[in-house]
Amino acid sequence: MDAIQKNLLEQITGLHEVPQGAYSLRINGSLHGKNSSENIEIVKKEDKPGIDIYIKAGTKNESVHIPVLLSSTGLKELVYNDFHIGEDCDVTIVAGCGIHNGGDADSEHSGIHSFFVAKNSKLKYVEKHYGSGSGSGKRVMNPTTVIELHENAYMEMETAQIKGVDDTIRTTKATLAAGATLKVGEKLMTHGSQYAETRFEVDLNGENSGAHVVSRSVAKENSKQLFISRVNGNNACSGHTECDAIIMDNASVSAVPEIMANHTDAQLIHEAAIGKIAGEQLIKLMTLGLTESQAEEQIINGFLV
Amino acid sequence: MLKLENITYKVENKLILDNISLSIDERFVAITGPNGSGKSTLAKIIAGIIPATSGKIYLDGEDITNLSITERANKGISFAFQQPVRFKGITVMDLISLASGKKLTVAEACEYLSEVGLCARDYIKREVDGSLSGGELKRIEIAMINARGTKLSVFDEPEAGIDLWSFQNLIKVFEKMYEKNRGSILIISHQERILDIADKILVLKAGKIDKIGTKAEIMPALLGIDSGCRYVKEG
Ligand SMILES: Nc1ncnc2c1ncn2[C@@H]1O[C@H](COP(=O)(O)OP(=O)(O)O)[C@@H](O)[C@H]1O
Ligand SMILES: [Mg+2]
Repeated sequence: MDAIQKNLLEQITGLHEVPQGAYSLRINGSLHGKNSSENIEIVKKEDKPGIDIYIKAGTKNESVHIPVLLSSTGLKELVYNDFHIGEDCDVTIVAGCGIHNGGDADSEHSGIHSFFVAKNSKLKYVEKHYGSGSGSGKRVMNPTTVIELHENAYMEMETAQIKGVDDTIRTTKATLAAGATLKVGEKLMTHGSQYAETRFEVDLNGENSGAHVVSRSVAKENSKQLFISRVNGNNACSGHTECDAIIMDNASVSAVPEIMANHTDAQLIHEAAIGKIAGEQLIKLMTLGLTESQAEEQIINGFLV
Repeated sequence: MLKLENITYKVENKLILDNISLSIDERFVAITGPNGSGKSTLAKIIAGIIPATSGKIYLDGEDITNLSITERANKGISFAFQQPVRFKGITVMDLISLASGKKLTVAEACEYLSEVGLCARDYIKREVDGSLSGGELKRIEIAMINARGTKLSVFDEPEAGIDLWSFQNLIKVFEKMYEKNRGSILIISHQERILDIADKILVLKAGKIDKIGTKAEIMPALLGIDSGCRYVKEG
Protein backbone atom coordinates (compact mmCIF):
# COMPACT_ATOMS: atom_id res chain seq x y z
CA MET A 1 0.00 0.00 0.00
CA ASP A 2 1.22 3.50 -0.78
CA ALA A 3 0.65 6.61 1.34
CA ILE A 4 -2.56 7.62 -0.43
CA GLN A 5 -4.02 4.15 0.00
CA LYS A 6 -2.98 4.05 3.65
CA ASN A 7 -4.75 7.35 4.23
CA LEU A 8 -7.91 6.09 2.55
CA LEU A 9 -7.80 2.99 4.71
CA GLU A 10 -7.40 5.02 7.85
CA GLN A 11 -10.28 7.34 6.93
CA ILE A 12 -12.75 4.52 6.44
CA THR A 13 -11.63 2.00 9.05
CA GLY A 14 -9.49 3.92 11.54
CA LEU A 15 -6.77 1.33 10.88
CA HIS A 16 -3.19 2.07 9.77
CA GLU A 17 -2.37 -1.38 8.45
CA VAL A 18 -3.97 -4.46 7.01
CA PRO A 19 -6.70 -5.55 9.48
CA GLN A 20 -6.20 -8.35 11.98
CA GLY A 21 -8.34 -11.47 11.89
CA ALA A 22 -10.81 -12.09 9.09
CA TYR A 23 -10.59 -9.49 6.35
CA SER A 24 -10.68 -8.82 2.67
CA LEU A 25 -8.93 -5.81 1.19
CA ARG A 26 -9.70 -4.75 -2.35
CA ILE A 27 -7.43 -2.17 -4.01
CA ASN A 28 -7.88 -0.71 -7.50
CA GLY A 29 -10.19 -3.37 -8.77
CA SER A 30 -8.55 -6.51 -7.48
CA LEU A 31 -8.30 -8.48 -4.30
CA HIS A 32 -5.18 -7.27 -2.47
CA GLY A 33 -5.40 -9.73 0.34
CA LYS A 34 -7.79 -11.76 2.44
CA ASN A 35 -7.73 -13.85 5.52
CA SER A 36 -10.24 -16.28 6.93
CA SER A 37 -10.44 -17.16 10.60
CA GLU A 38 -11.66 -20.27 12.36
CA ASN A 39 -15.29 -19.13 12.32
CA ILE A 40 -15.30 -16.73 9.42
CA GLU A 41 -14.57 -17.95 5.94
CA ILE A 42 -13.99 -15.58 3.04
CA VAL A 43 -14.29 -17.04 -0.47
CA LYS A 44 -13.63 -15.22 -3.73
CA LYS A 45 -16.55 -15.43 -6.14
CA GLU A 46 -15.82 -17.32 -9.36
CA ASP A 47 -18.52 -15.94 -11.64
CA LYS A 48 -18.28 -12.21 -10.84
CA PRO A 49 -16.19 -9.75 -8.82
CA GLY A 50 -16.70 -10.02 -5.07
CA ILE A 51 -16.61 -12.39 -2.15
CA ASP A 52 -18.80 -14.62 -0.06
CA ILE A 53 -18.41 -14.36 3.68
CA TYR A 54 -19.61 -17.29 5.74
CA ILE A 55 -19.94 -16.83 9.47
CA LYS A 56 -20.44 -20.05 11.42
CA ALA A 57 -23.47 -20.44 13.67
CA GLY A 58 -22.75 -19.42 17.25
CA THR A 59 -19.83 -17.10 16.43
CA LYS A 60 -19.68 -14.40 19.09
CA ASN A 61 -17.71 -11.17 19.51
CA GLU A 62 -15.82 -11.47 16.25
CA SER A 63 -15.44 -8.97 13.47
CA VAL A 64 -14.68 -8.84 9.74
CA HIS A 65 -13.16 -5.92 7.87
CA ILE A 66 -13.78 -5.54 4.15
CA PRO A 67 -12.43 -2.18 2.98
CA VAL A 68 -12.29 -1.15 -0.68
CA LEU A 69 -9.76 1.41 -1.92
CA LEU A 70 -9.56 3.12 -5.30
CA SER A 71 -6.63 5.38 -6.01
CA SER A 72 -6.12 5.26 -9.77
CA THR A 73 -8.24 7.61 -11.82
CA GLY A 74 -10.93 6.41 -14.23
CA LEU A 75 -11.56 3.08 -12.55
CA LYS A 76 -15.13 1.75 -12.55
CA GLU A 77 -16.18 -1.40 -10.78
CA LEU A 78 -19.21 -3.29 -9.62
CA VAL A 79 -18.62 -5.69 -6.73
CA TYR A 80 -20.90 -8.26 -5.11
CA ASN A 81 -20.32 -9.18 -1.49
CA ASP A 82 -22.61 -11.67 0.16
CA PHE A 83 -22.65 -12.19 3.92
CA HIS A 84 -24.09 -15.42 5.24
CA ILE A 85 -24.49 -15.17 8.99
CA GLY A 86 -25.43 -18.35 10.81
CA GLU A 87 -27.80 -18.68 13.74
CA ASP A 88 -27.06 -17.26 17.19
CA CYS A 89 -24.13 -15.11 16.15
CA ASP A 90 -23.07 -11.76 17.58
CA VAL A 91 -20.67 -10.17 15.09
CA THR A 92 -19.50 -6.88 13.65
CA ILE A 93 -18.79 -6.20 9.99
CA VAL A 94 -16.85 -3.11 9.02
CA ALA A 95 -17.04 -2.13 5.37
CA GLY A 96 -16.23 1.06 3.60
CA CYS A 97 -14.93 2.57 0.45
CA GLY A 98 -12.33 5.24 -0.06
CA ILE A 99 -11.71 6.83 -3.44
CA HIS A 100 -8.78 9.07 -4.23
CA ASN A 101 -9.10 10.64 -7.63
CA GLY A 102 -6.28 12.91 -8.67
CA GLY A 103 -7.05 12.67 -12.39
CA ASP A 104 -9.66 13.88 -14.83
CA ALA A 105 -11.63 10.71 -15.42
CA ASP A 106 -14.47 9.66 -13.12
CA SER A 107 -13.80 6.90 -10.62
CA GLU A 108 -16.70 4.80 -9.54
CA HIS A 109 -17.31 2.03 -7.05
CA SER A 110 -20.64 0.31 -6.82
CA GLY A 111 -20.97 -2.35 -4.18
CA ILE A 112 -23.90 -4.62 -3.69
CA HIS A 113 -23.83 -6.03 -0.19
CA SER A 114 -26.32 -8.69 0.69
CA PHE A 115 -26.85 -9.84 4.26
CA PHE A 116 -28.56 -13.06 5.15
CA VAL A 117 -28.91 -13.02 8.90
CA ALA A 118 -30.19 -16.28 10.35
CA LYS A 119 -32.43 -16.74 13.38
CA ASN A 120 -31.51 -15.06 16.68
CA SER A 121 -28.33 -13.51 15.32
CA LYS A 122 -27.09 -10.07 16.12
CA LEU A 123 -25.14 -8.07 13.57
CA LYS A 124 -23.56 -4.67 13.66
CA TYR A 125 -22.66 -3.33 10.25
CA VAL A 126 -20.55 -0.19 9.93
CA GLU A 127 -19.97 1.42 6.57
CA LYS A 128 -18.01 4.58 5.79
CA HIS A 129 -17.51 6.34 2.50
CA TYR A 130 -14.82 8.86 1.85
CA GLY A 131 -13.33 10.63 -1.13
CA SER A 132 -10.20 12.71 -1.65
CA GLY A 133 -8.05 14.09 -4.44
CA SER A 134 -8.27 17.31 -6.38
CA GLY A 135 -8.59 16.00 -9.94
CA SER A 136 -11.59 17.10 -11.99
CA GLY A 137 -12.74 13.48 -12.28
CA LYS A 138 -15.70 12.69 -10.08
CA ARG A 139 -15.67 10.27 -7.19
CA VAL A 140 -18.83 8.22 -7.49
CA MET A 141 -20.15 5.57 -5.09
CA ASN A 142 -23.38 3.71 -5.34
CA PRO A 143 -23.72 1.33 -2.41
CA THR A 144 -26.63 -1.05 -2.39
CA THR A 145 -27.44 -2.97 0.75
CA VAL A 146 -29.86 -5.87 0.69
CA ILE A 147 -30.89 -7.19 4.07
CA GLU A 148 -32.76 -10.36 4.92
CA LEU A 149 -33.43 -10.69 8.63
CA HIS A 150 -34.78 -14.02 9.74
CA GLU A 151 -36.76 -14.70 12.94
CA ASN A 152 -35.61 -12.61 15.88
CA ALA A 153 -32.51 -11.42 14.08
CA TYR A 154 -31.21 -8.01 15.02
CA MET A 155 -29.16 -5.74 12.81
CA GLU A 156 -27.76 -2.33 13.47
CA MET A 157 -26.38 -0.47 10.48
CA GLU A 158 -24.30 2.67 10.79
CA THR A 159 -23.50 4.41 7.59
CA ALA A 160 -21.56 7.61 7.08
CA GLN A 161 -20.46 9.69 4.16
CA ILE A 162 -18.92 12.86 5.43
CA LYS A 163 -16.51 14.03 2.80
CA GLY A 164 -15.50 14.01 -0.78
CA VAL A 165 -18.03 11.83 -2.58
CA ASP A 166 -19.36 13.71 -5.61
CA ASP A 167 -22.22 11.56 -6.64
CA THR A 168 -23.97 8.85 -4.74
CA ILE A 169 -27.12 6.81 -4.81
CA ARG A 170 -27.42 4.80 -1.64
CA THR A 171 -30.04 2.09 -1.69
CA THR A 172 -31.02 -0.10 1.23
CA LYS A 173 -33.68 -2.79 0.94
CA ALA A 174 -34.69 -4.93 3.86
CA THR A 175 -37.18 -7.66 4.62
CA LEU A 176 -37.88 -8.62 8.19
CA ALA A 177 -39.33 -11.87 9.54
CA ALA A 178 -41.15 -12.28 12.86
CA GLY A 179 -39.47 -10.60 15.81
CA ALA A 180 -36.65 -9.17 13.69
CA THR A 181 -35.34 -5.67 14.33
CA LEU A 182 -33.45 -3.33 12.04
CA LYS A 183 -31.88 -0.09 13.19
CA VAL A 184 -30.27 2.22 10.69
CA GLY A 185 -28.35 5.39 11.42
CA GLU A 186 -27.21 7.43 8.46
CA LYS A 187 -24.91 10.46 8.57
CA LEU A 188 -24.39 12.43 5.43
CA MET A 189 -22.68 15.65 4.49
CA THR A 190 -22.48 17.12 1.01
CA HIS A 191 -20.73 20.24 -0.25
CA GLY A 192 -19.65 21.86 -3.51
CA SER A 193 -21.94 20.63 -6.26
CA GLN A 194 -22.29 17.12 -4.88
CA TYR A 195 -25.42 15.04 -5.17
CA ALA A 196 -26.54 12.39 -2.71
CA GLU A 197 -29.61 10.26 -2.91
CA THR A 198 -30.71 7.85 -0.20
CA ARG A 199 -33.41 5.24 -0.69
CA PHE A 200 -34.72 3.03 2.06
CA GLU A 201 -37.21 0.33 1.38
CA VAL A 202 -38.25 -1.82 4.29
CA ASP A 203 -40.80 -4.63 4.30
CA LEU A 204 -41.98 -5.51 7.76
CA ASN A 205 -43.36 -8.95 6.99
CA GLY A 206 -43.19 -10.77 10.31
CA GLU A 207 -45.24 -10.32 13.44
CA ASN A 208 -43.57 -7.93 15.90
CA SER A 209 -40.86 -6.94 13.49
CA GLY A 210 -39.56 -3.39 13.81
CA ALA A 211 -37.50 -0.90 11.87
CA HIS A 212 -36.04 2.35 13.08
CA VAL A 213 -34.29 4.52 10.49
CA VAL A 214 -32.66 7.81 11.44
CA SER A 215 -30.96 9.95 8.83
CA ARG A 216 -29.11 13.12 9.76
CA SER A 217 -27.59 15.19 7.04
CA VAL A 218 -25.96 18.51 6.31
CA ALA A 219 -26.11 20.04 2.84
CA LYS A 220 -23.68 22.89 2.16
CA GLU A 221 -22.89 25.19 -0.76
CA ASN A 222 -24.62 24.10 -4.00
CA SER A 223 -25.10 20.45 -3.09
CA LYS A 224 -28.35 18.56 -3.40
CA GLN A 225 -29.80 15.71 -1.39
CA LEU A 226 -32.81 13.52 -1.87
CA PHE A 227 -34.07 11.24 0.88
CA ILE A 228 -36.69 8.64 -0.01
CA SER A 229 -38.01 6.10 2.42
CA ARG A 230 -40.71 3.57 2.02
CA VAL A 231 -41.78 1.38 4.90
CA ASN A 232 -44.42 -1.28 4.37
CA GLY A 233 -46.09 -2.71 7.44
CA ASN A 234 -47.43 -6.08 6.40
CA ASN A 235 -48.05 -7.49 9.86
CA ALA A 236 -48.32 -6.35 13.47
CA CYS A 237 -45.13 -4.34 13.49
CA SER A 238 -43.59 -0.97 14.19
CA GLY A 239 -41.73 1.29 11.80
CA HIS A 240 -40.18 4.65 12.40
CA THR A 241 -38.22 6.76 9.95
CA GLU A 242 -36.75 10.11 10.74
CA CYS A 243 -35.00 12.49 8.39
CA ASP A 244 -33.37 15.52 9.90
CA ALA A 245 -31.41 17.88 7.67
CA ILE A 246 -29.47 21.10 8.12
CA ILE A 247 -29.38 23.17 5.00
CA MET A 248 -26.84 25.93 4.32
CA ASP A 249 -25.84 28.33 1.57
CA ASN A 250 -27.60 27.45 -1.72
CA ALA A 251 -28.08 23.77 -1.02
CA SER A 252 -31.32 21.91 -1.45
CA VAL A 253 -32.72 18.92 0.39
CA SER A 254 -35.87 17.04 -0.27
CA ALA A 255 -37.43 14.31 1.84
CA VAL A 256 -40.03 11.97 0.39
CA PRO A 257 -41.54 9.70 2.99
CA GLU A 258 -43.89 6.91 2.22
CA ILE A 259 -45.40 4.64 4.82
CA MET A 260 -47.86 1.98 3.93
CA ALA A 261 -49.80 -0.12 6.44
CA ASN A 262 -51.32 -3.35 5.20
CA HIS A 263 -52.29 -4.61 8.64
CA THR A 264 -54.39 -2.97 11.35
CA ASP A 265 -51.68 -3.51 13.95
CA ALA A 266 -48.93 -1.92 11.90
CA GLN A 267 -47.72 1.26 13.57
CA LEU A 268 -45.75 3.46 11.25
CA ILE A 269 -44.35 6.92 11.84
CA HIS A 270 -42.37 9.20 9.62
CA GLU A 271 -40.77 12.43 10.75
CA ALA A 272 -38.89 14.85 8.59
CA ALA A 273 -37.41 18.22 9.41
CA ILE A 274 -35.28 20.41 7.16
CA GLY A 275 -34.00 23.80 8.18
CA LYS A 276 -31.01 26.01 8.65
CA ILE A 277 -29.03 26.09 11.90
CA ALA A 278 -31.21 27.78 14.49
CA GLY A 279 -30.04 31.34 15.19
CA GLU A 280 -30.43 30.85 18.92
CA GLN A 281 -28.03 27.88 18.82
CA LEU A 282 -25.34 30.05 17.23
CA ILE A 283 -26.02 32.83 19.73
CA LYS A 284 -25.80 30.49 22.71
CA LEU A 285 -22.38 29.20 21.64
CA MET A 286 -21.20 32.73 20.87
CA THR A 287 -22.07 33.77 24.44
CA LEU A 288 -19.62 31.03 25.49
CA GLY A 289 -16.89 32.80 23.53
CA LEU A 290 -17.01 30.97 20.18
CA THR A 291 -16.96 32.90 16.92
CA GLU A 292 -19.88 32.41 14.58
CA SER A 293 -17.97 29.99 12.34
CA GLN A 294 -16.66 28.02 15.33
CA ALA A 295 -20.22 27.80 16.62
CA GLU A 296 -21.42 26.56 13.24
CA GLU A 297 -18.72 23.91 13.17
CA GLN A 298 -19.61 22.68 16.68
CA ILE A 299 -23.28 22.43 15.79
CA ILE A 300 -22.61 20.49 12.58
CA ASN A 301 -20.04 18.19 14.20
CA GLY A 302 -22.41 17.40 17.05
CA PHE A 303 -25.24 16.78 14.65
CA LEU A 304 -23.21 14.35 12.56
CA VAL A 305 -21.28 12.50 15.25
CA MET B 1 -17.71 46.91 36.76
CA LEU B 2 -20.47 47.17 34.19
CA LYS B 3 -21.92 50.57 33.43
CA LEU B 4 -24.96 51.31 31.30
CA GLU B 5 -25.44 54.90 30.15
CA ASN B 6 -28.76 56.09 28.75
CA ILE B 7 -29.64 52.77 27.12
CA THR B 8 -32.69 53.03 24.91
CA TYR B 9 -34.19 50.30 22.77
CA LYS B 10 -36.89 50.89 20.20
CA VAL B 11 -38.62 48.48 17.84
CA GLU B 12 -40.69 50.08 15.11
CA ASN B 13 -41.13 53.22 17.17
CA LYS B 14 -42.22 51.22 20.20
CA LEU B 15 -40.06 52.22 23.13
CA ILE B 16 -39.07 49.03 24.93
CA LEU B 17 -36.27 50.42 27.10
CA ASP B 18 -36.29 54.08 27.95
CA ASN B 19 -33.05 55.72 28.98
CA ILE B 20 -31.66 53.16 31.41
CA SER B 21 -28.52 54.12 33.33
CA LEU B 22 -27.10 51.69 35.83
CA SER B 23 -23.84 50.52 37.30
CA ILE B 24 -23.16 47.02 38.55
CA ASP B 25 -20.25 46.56 40.88
CA GLU B 26 -21.86 44.78 43.82
CA ARG B 27 -21.87 41.06 44.50
CA PHE B 28 -25.53 40.55 43.64
CA VAL B 29 -27.75 42.90 41.73
CA ALA B 30 -31.35 41.93 41.06
CA ILE B 31 -33.69 43.17 38.37
CA THR B 32 -37.39 42.62 38.89
CA GLY B 33 -40.60 43.98 37.43
CA PRO B 34 -43.74 42.85 35.66
CA ASN B 35 -43.93 40.75 32.53
CA GLY B 36 -42.98 42.66 29.44
CA SER B 37 -41.23 45.42 31.39
CA GLY B 38 -38.02 44.88 29.40
CA LYS B 39 -35.86 42.77 31.74
CA SER B 40 -34.82 40.15 29.19
CA THR B 41 -34.27 42.83 26.57
CA LEU B 42 -31.87 44.62 28.90
CA ALA B 43 -29.97 41.38 29.58
CA LYS B 44 -29.65 40.71 25.84
CA ILE B 45 -28.32 44.22 25.28
CA ILE B 46 -25.68 43.61 27.95
CA ALA B 47 -24.62 40.32 26.32
CA GLY B 48 -24.54 41.94 22.86
CA ILE B 49 -27.33 39.78 21.44
CA ILE B 50 -29.32 42.84 20.47
CA PRO B 51 -27.84 46.28 19.85
CA ALA B 52 -29.19 49.21 21.85
CA THR B 53 -30.83 51.91 19.74
CA SER B 54 -28.80 54.46 21.67
CA GLY B 55 -26.66 54.65 24.79
CA LYS B 56 -23.31 53.28 25.88
CA ILE B 57 -22.05 50.21 27.72
CA TYR B 58 -18.73 50.08 29.59
CA LEU B 59 -17.00 47.09 31.12
CA ASP B 60 -14.24 48.08 33.54
CA GLY B 61 -14.11 51.48 31.87
CA GLU B 62 -13.79 50.10 28.34
CA ASP B 63 -16.47 51.05 25.86
CA ILE B 64 -17.95 47.73 24.69
CA THR B 65 -21.05 49.18 23.02
CA ASN B 66 -20.00 48.04 19.56
CA LEU B 67 -18.42 44.72 20.49
CA SER B 68 -19.93 41.45 19.25
CA ILE B 69 -21.41 38.70 21.43
CA THR B 70 -18.18 36.68 21.11
CA GLU B 71 -15.95 39.63 22.03
CA ARG B 72 -18.02 40.47 25.08
CA ALA B 73 -18.05 36.81 26.13
CA ASN B 74 -14.26 36.76 25.91
CA LYS B 75 -14.00 39.99 27.90
CA GLY B 76 -15.89 38.35 30.75
CA ILE B 77 -19.63 38.54 30.28
CA SER B 78 -21.73 35.38 30.74
CA PHE B 79 -25.43 35.05 30.13
CA ALA B 80 -27.81 32.29 31.22
CA PHE B 81 -30.87 32.41 28.99
CA GLN B 82 -34.42 32.54 30.26
CA GLN B 83 -35.23 29.85 27.69
CA PRO B 84 -32.24 27.52 27.31
CA VAL B 85 -31.39 26.38 23.81
CA ARG B 86 -31.56 22.73 22.73
CA PHE B 87 -28.98 21.08 20.47
CA LYS B 88 -29.22 17.79 18.63
CA GLY B 89 -26.06 15.77 19.08
CA ILE B 90 -24.26 18.13 21.44
CA THR B 91 -23.85 16.58 24.87
CA VAL B 92 -23.93 18.13 28.31
CA MET B 93 -20.20 17.33 28.53
CA ASP B 94 -19.57 19.20 25.25
CA LEU B 95 -21.38 22.31 26.44
CA ILE B 96 -19.72 22.42 29.85
CA SER B 97 -16.32 21.98 28.15
CA LEU B 98 -17.04 24.71 25.60
CA ALA B 99 -18.17 26.98 28.42
CA SER B 100 -15.00 26.39 30.43
CA GLY B 101 -12.89 27.05 27.33
CA LYS B 102 -10.82 23.90 27.77
CA LYS B 103 -11.11 20.16 27.51
CA LEU B 104 -12.48 19.05 30.85
CA THR B 105 -12.09 15.67 32.46
CA VAL B 106 -15.30 13.83 33.24
CA ALA B 107 -14.63 14.42 36.95
CA GLU B 108 -14.31 18.18 36.45
CA ALA B 109 -17.49 18.41 34.40
CA CYS B 110 -19.33 16.28 36.95
CA GLU B 111 -18.31 18.69 39.65
CA TYR B 112 -20.15 21.54 37.88
CA LEU B 113 -23.25 19.40 37.42
CA SER B 114 -23.30 18.20 41.01
CA GLU B 115 -23.25 21.79 42.15
CA VAL B 116 -26.57 22.41 40.43
CA GLY B 117 -28.06 19.27 41.92
CA LEU B 118 -27.83 17.00 38.90
CA CYS B 119 -26.60 13.48 39.37
CA ALA B 120 -23.61 13.99 37.14
CA ARG B 121 -22.97 10.48 35.81
CA ASP B 122 -26.52 10.28 34.46
CA TYR B 123 -26.24 13.52 32.58
CA ILE B 124 -22.72 13.92 31.27
CA LYS B 125 -23.32 11.96 28.05
CA ARG B 126 -26.89 13.07 27.47
CA GLU B 127 -27.64 15.19 24.44
CA VAL B 128 -28.90 18.66 25.20
CA ASP B 129 -32.03 18.03 23.17
CA GLY B 130 -35.73 17.49 23.59
CA SER B 131 -35.12 14.58 25.95
CA LEU B 132 -34.15 16.91 28.81
CA SER B 133 -36.82 18.67 30.84
CA GLY B 134 -37.05 22.44 31.13
CA GLY B 135 -35.80 22.32 34.72
CA GLU B 136 -32.81 20.15 33.79
CA LEU B 137 -31.91 22.54 30.97
CA LYS B 138 -32.08 25.51 33.36
CA ARG B 139 -29.65 23.85 35.72
CA ILE B 140 -27.26 22.92 32.91
CA GLU B 141 -27.46 26.57 31.83
CA ILE B 142 -26.36 27.60 35.33
CA ALA B 143 -23.58 24.98 35.35
CA MET B 144 -22.24 26.46 32.09
CA ILE B 145 -22.05 29.95 33.59
CA ASN B 146 -20.29 28.47 36.59
CA ALA B 147 -17.77 26.73 34.32
CA ARG B 148 -17.05 30.03 32.58
CA GLY B 149 -16.30 31.85 35.83
CA THR B 150 -16.33 35.38 34.41
CA LYS B 151 -16.34 38.81 36.02
CA LEU B 152 -20.00 39.40 35.16
CA SER B 153 -22.67 36.71 35.10
CA VAL B 154 -26.23 37.50 34.05
CA PHE B 155 -29.05 35.09 34.91
CA ASP B 156 -32.48 35.54 33.36
CA GLU B 157 -35.06 34.03 35.75
CA PRO B 158 -32.85 31.15 36.89
CA GLU B 159 -35.50 29.92 39.32
CA ALA B 160 -37.96 28.91 36.59
CA GLY B 161 -38.57 25.18 36.58
CA ILE B 162 -36.32 24.30 39.49
CA ASP B 163 -39.25 23.21 41.64
CA LEU B 164 -37.68 19.85 42.44
CA TRP B 165 -34.65 21.54 43.77
CA SER B 166 -34.74 24.27 46.38
CA PHE B 167 -34.23 27.99 46.26
CA GLN B 168 -31.84 27.61 49.11
CA ASN B 169 -29.58 25.50 46.90
CA LEU B 170 -29.82 27.96 44.06
CA ILE B 171 -28.79 30.76 46.38
CA LYS B 172 -25.88 28.65 47.61
CA VAL B 173 -24.76 28.20 44.01
CA PHE B 174 -24.70 31.98 43.52
CA GLU B 175 -22.87 32.56 46.78
CA LYS B 176 -20.25 29.94 45.96
CA MET B 177 -19.88 31.35 42.46
CA TYR B 178 -19.14 34.75 43.92
CA GLU B 179 -16.62 33.30 46.38
CA LYS B 180 -14.80 31.62 43.51
CA ASN B 181 -14.83 34.34 40.85
CA ARG B 182 -15.34 37.56 42.76
CA GLY B 183 -17.37 38.70 39.77
CA SER B 184 -20.69 40.53 39.94
CA ILE B 185 -23.85 38.47 39.49
CA LEU B 186 -26.90 40.05 37.90
CA ILE B 187 -30.10 38.10 38.47
CA ILE B 188 -33.45 38.77 36.85
CA SER B 189 -36.04 37.31 39.20
CA HIS B 190 -39.51 37.53 40.62
CA GLN B 191 -38.64 35.51 43.69
CA GLU B 192 -38.59 37.24 47.05
CA ARG B 193 -36.00 34.79 48.39
CA ILE B 194 -33.64 35.62 45.55
CA LEU B 195 -34.23 39.37 45.77
CA ASP B 196 -33.45 38.96 49.44
CA ILE B 197 -29.75 38.27 48.78
CA ALA B 198 -29.35 41.28 46.45
CA ASP B 199 -27.11 44.17 47.42
CA LYS B 200 -29.03 46.30 44.96
CA ILE B 201 -32.47 45.92 43.41
CA LEU B 202 -33.74 47.55 40.27
CA VAL B 203 -37.44 47.60 39.47
CA LEU B 204 -38.29 47.96 35.79
CA LYS B 205 -41.72 49.06 34.71
CA ALA B 206 -42.70 49.59 31.10
CA GLY B 207 -39.10 49.98 30.03
CA LYS B 208 -38.21 52.56 32.67
CA ILE B 209 -36.40 52.33 35.97
CA ASP B 210 -39.23 52.57 38.43
CA LYS B 211 -37.11 52.20 41.54
CA ILE B 212 -33.51 51.45 42.33
CA GLY B 213 -31.85 51.04 45.70
CA THR B 214 -30.84 48.70 48.45
CA LYS B 215 -32.97 45.81 49.59
CA ALA B 216 -34.08 47.82 52.62
CA GLU B 217 -35.17 50.69 50.41
CA ILE B 218 -36.95 48.69 47.75
CA MET B 219 -38.47 45.61 49.37
CA PRO B 220 -41.18 47.33 51.46
CA ALA B 221 -42.46 49.30 48.48
CA LEU B 222 -42.19 46.25 46.23
CA LEU B 223 -44.26 44.14 48.57
CA GLY B 224 -46.98 46.77 48.29
CA ILE B 225 -47.20 46.76 44.48
CA ASP B 226 -50.68 46.01 43.12
CA SER B 227 -52.04 45.35 46.59
CA GLY B 228 -52.80 41.67 47.02
CA CYS B 229 -50.75 40.42 44.08
CA ARG B 230 -47.24 40.54 45.41
CA TYR B 231 -45.40 38.95 42.58
CA VAL B 232 -46.18 38.60 38.99
CA LYS B 233 -45.64 35.06 37.75
CA GLU B 234 -42.61 34.39 35.60
CA GLY B 235 -42.68 35.90 32.12
N1 LIG C 1 -38.04 42.16 18.76
C1 LIG C 1 -39.12 42.66 19.36
N2 LIG C 1 -40.11 43.19 18.61
C2 LIG C 1 -41.22 43.70 19.21
N3 LIG C 1 -41.40 43.73 20.51
C3 LIG C 1 -40.44 43.21 21.30
C4 LIG C 1 -39.25 42.66 20.78
N4 LIG C 1 -38.50 42.21 21.80
C5 LIG C 1 -39.19 42.48 22.91
N5 LIG C 1 -40.35 43.09 22.62
C6 LIG C 1 -41.34 43.58 23.58
O1 LIG C 1 -40.61 44.26 24.54
C7 LIG C 1 -41.22 44.14 25.81
C8 LIG C 1 -40.20 43.66 26.81
O2 LIG C 1 -39.95 42.28 26.62
P1 LIG C 1 -38.97 41.46 27.57
O3 LIG C 1 -37.69 42.17 27.64
O4 LIG C 1 -38.95 40.07 27.11
O5 LIG C 1 -39.74 41.58 28.95
P2 LIG C 1 -39.54 40.80 30.33
O6 LIG C 1 -38.32 39.97 30.22
O7 LIG C 1 -39.44 41.86 31.36
O8 LIG C 1 -40.79 39.99 30.52
C9 LIG C 1 -42.41 43.24 25.62
O9 LIG C 1 -43.55 44.03 25.47
C10 LIG C 1 -42.08 42.51 24.34
O10 LIG C 1 -43.25 42.13 23.71
MG1 LIG D 1 -38.02 37.90 30.38
